[in-house]
Amino acid sequence: MNTTLRYRPLNLGRWLLWGTTALIFVLAPLFSDASFALTLLSQMGILIIFSLSYNMLLGQSGMLSFGHAVYSGLGAYIAVHALNFIGKGTLHFPVSLLPLIGGCAGLVFGSIFGYVTTKKSGTTFAMISLGIGEMVFACVLMFPGFFGGEGGITTNRVVGSAVLGVTYGPAIQVYYLIAAWAFICMIAMFALTQTPLGRMANAVRDNPERAEFIGYNTQRVRYIQLMLSAFFAGVAGSLSCINYEIVSAENVSAIRSGGVLIATFIGGVGLFFGPILGAILFTLFAIALSSFTKAWLLYLGLFFLLMVLYAPGGVAWLVAIQLPVLRARRLTDLLWPYSLAILAAAVCVIGLVGSVEMLYHAALESGGDRHIQWFGLNVDVRTPTPWLVTSALLLCGGLATRYAMQFVQRRWDTIQLALRQVAT
Amino acid sequence: MNTNTPALALHEVRKQFGATQIIHGVNLVIAAGERHAIIGPNGAGKSTLFNLISGRFPVSSGRISLRGHDITGCTPFQINRLGLARSFQVTNIFHRMSVFENIRCATLWSLGYGYSFWHRVGALRDVRERSEQVMEHIGLARRRDISAGVLTYAEQRALEIGITIAGDAPVILLDEPTAGMSRTEAAQAMALIQRVTQGRTLLMVEHDMSVVFGLADRISVLVYGECIASGTPAEIRANAAVQEAYLGSLHPQTEAT
Ligand SMILES: Nc1ncnc2c1ncn2[C@@H]1O[C@H](COP(=O)(O)OP(=O)(O)O)[C@@H](O)[C@H]1O
Ligand SMILES: [Mg+2]
Repeated sequence: MNTTLRYRPLNLGRWLLWGTTALIFVLAPLFSDASFALTLLSQMGILIIFSLSYNMLLGQSGMLSFGHAVYSGLGAYIAVHALNFIGKGTLHFPVSLLPLIGGCAGLVFGSIFGYVTTKKSGTTFAMISLGIGEMVFACVLMFPGFFGGEGGITTNRVVGSAVLGVTYGPAIQVYYLIAAWAFICMIAMFALTQTPLGRMANAVRDNPERAEFIGYNTQRVRYIQLMLSAFFAGVAGSLSCINYEIVSAENVSAIRSGGVLIATFIGGVGLFFGPILGAILFTLFAIALSSFTKAWLLYLGLFFLLMVLYAPGGVAWLVAIQLPVLRARRLTDLLWPYSLAILAAAVCVIGLVGSVEMLYHAALESGGDRHIQWFGLNVDVRTPTPWLVTSALLLCGGLATRYAMQFVQRRWDTIQLALRQVAT
Repeated sequence: MNTNTPALALHEVRKQFGATQIIHGVNLVIAAGERHAIIGPNGAGKSTLFNLISGRFPVSSGRISLRGHDITGCTPFQINRLGLARSFQVTNIFHRMSVFENIRCATLWSLGYGYSFWHRVGALRDVRERSEQVMEHIGLARRRDISAGVLTYAEQRALEIGITIAGDAPVILLDEPTAGMSRTEAAQAMALIQRVTQGRTLLMVEHDMSVVFGLADRISVLVYGECIASGTPAEIRANAAVQEAYLGSLHPQTEAT
C-alpha cells in the first residue's frame, strides 16, 4: 500500500479543521451528563497534549524515548507544590495558569536531562532515556520529603479567589480548563512544526548526516526540540495534577512513559493529528474498557501488536491513505471488501473476547461463581460448549479475515495502479 | 578578504584508517573562483580527500584552511558555516521530504534562521524565493511537491546538487556528480554544474575525462593517495607520469562506477 506523498497547502481546510476541533472540545461534554463521560474527556485532553509532545520527539525528530513521563511527572510535582502554596496563600497565582508553571518546570528538567540524552541518537538515545526514567523514579521514592513517597502528594484545586465564578470545584470547569489548554497546545505544537526548527527536526530525523553538511548541529536541533517537548509534557502533567488532585511516583513511572509511547504509536507518528487519535483510543481502552473488563490491558496490548505489525503508520495513516482514493471517487469500489473484512474481523474479535473473558473468569474467580452473564445468556465456564463456540468463532473469523484482507489488498492494488496511471 | 587568499589550501594532509594509510601527504592550493577537478583511478582516495576537507573524517595529520580560516578538526556544520558545501558520491538527500522541503532546509542556515522556532517558514519570502530559484536552476521546479525518495536517479542527483548550492556557499565540492548517469544525462548535469557554479570556487571529482577537460581550469591527479600532478588540462594531457599512471593504462569512461 504505497502512495506517493504530496504536500499541499490547504489554508481554508486548515481553518475548518481547527474550527471543528474547537467546536468538538466545546460540545463534547454536552452529549452526556454522566460524570463518567467527563472523566473520560478530561483524561483524553490531557493525554492529547502529552502524546503530541511525545511525537515531537518520536515522529518529528526520530527520537524514541522510554522516559517521557519524567517531564510530565516532574512538571506535575512542581505544579502540585505550587498549587499547595497558592492554597496556603504564600503564592498568588491564578490556578488557570498553573500549567505554565508545570510547563516551565518541564522545560528546566528537559534542559538538564536532555543535555545528556540528546548527545546521542537512535538506540543510544532510547537507552539513556530509559536510564534517566528509572533514575528519576528511584529519586522520587528516595526523597519522600519533596515527593511524598509511595502515597504521593495530595492537593486541593479549589483555592484562591474565584475568577468570574470559576472555582474549579465542579468537574465540568476542570474539563473546560483542560480543553482550552489542549486546544492552545495543539495549535502551538502544530505551529512549531512549521518553523525552521520544526523543519530541521524532520531533516535530522530523515538524514542526520546530511543535516550537518547544510550547517546544522544535529545535537542542538534534538536538544532544543526535546526542551520544547518537555515544556508541553509539563503542561500535561500540571493538568493531571489539577484534575486528580494528587501526584505520585506513578506519574514519573515507566508505565506512564510506555503508555504515551503506545498511545502515540497507535494513533500514528507520521502525521500531526495521529497522536490525537491515539490519545482518544488509548483513553477509551484505559478508562472505558477497563470498567467493563479486567482484560483491557491484554486487549490494548494485542491491538498495539496488530498495529505495529500491519499498520505501522497508525490509525492516522490508515485514514490518510483513503483520502486520494476518496478524492478519485473510487472508495465505493472498496466498500464491499471493507465490509467483508470488518465483518470477518468482528467475528474473530467476538471469538477472542469470549475466550479471553472465560479464561479470566475461570482463572480469577474459580472459587466462586462459575457463570458469566452475556447479553442475557447464562454461560457456565466449566462446560466445554462455550469454549468450543468461541474457539470456532475465533478460528473461522481469523481465516475469513485473512481471505477478506487478500480481497481488500487486490482491490487496493488495482485502484492504486489506476490512480498512478492517471497521475502520469 | 585578501584576493590572494586561496579558497582552499591543503598542507601535507594524511589519513590512515587503522594501519593503512589512504592519503599520503597531499598538498593542494585552489584559488578563489577556480574550477578544479580531481581525477584518479577508483580507490585512489578522492572521496576520502573530500571527506577530510568537509570535516566528515578528522585528518591524521596536516592542515586544511578554507578562505583563510584553519578548519583542521572542525565539524561539518562549522565548515559549512564558513562557506563550504559539498555533495556526495552516493546520493545523500532527505528521502521522506518533498523536493521543495529538501531545498528549503538547505537554505535556512545561510539565510540566518538557525534554530528559530518563532518564524513561520512558509511566510519567509527570502527562503521561498531562494528555494524556487534553486529548483528552477536544477530543473526540478515541476517536481516541487514530490517526495524526494520517489524521484528518478538522475533527478535525485540533480537534487543532491541543488541541496549543495542552495546555501549559496562560495566553495563547492562535488563528488562524482555524474556517477551512474547515461551520456546524455551526464552532459545535462555538466551544463547544470557549469551554470550553478558561476562565480564560485568549484572542486570536483569526475571520472568522465572529456567533461573534465572541458570544464576545469586546473586538474589534479590523485593516485594511491598521492597527488602526482597538478596543472592546466593541457599540461595534464602532456604529462608523462599521468599518461603512464592513469590515462594510458585504462579507459576511465568504462571504468566509471
Ligand atoms: N571509512 C573508511 N574506513 C576504512 N577504509 C576506507 C574508508 N573510506 C575509504 N576507505 C578506503 O580508502 C580507499 C580510497 O577510497 P575512496 O576515497 O572512496 O576512493 P575513490 O573515491 O578515489 O574511488 C579505498 O581503498 C577504501 O577502501
Ligand atoms: Mg569516490
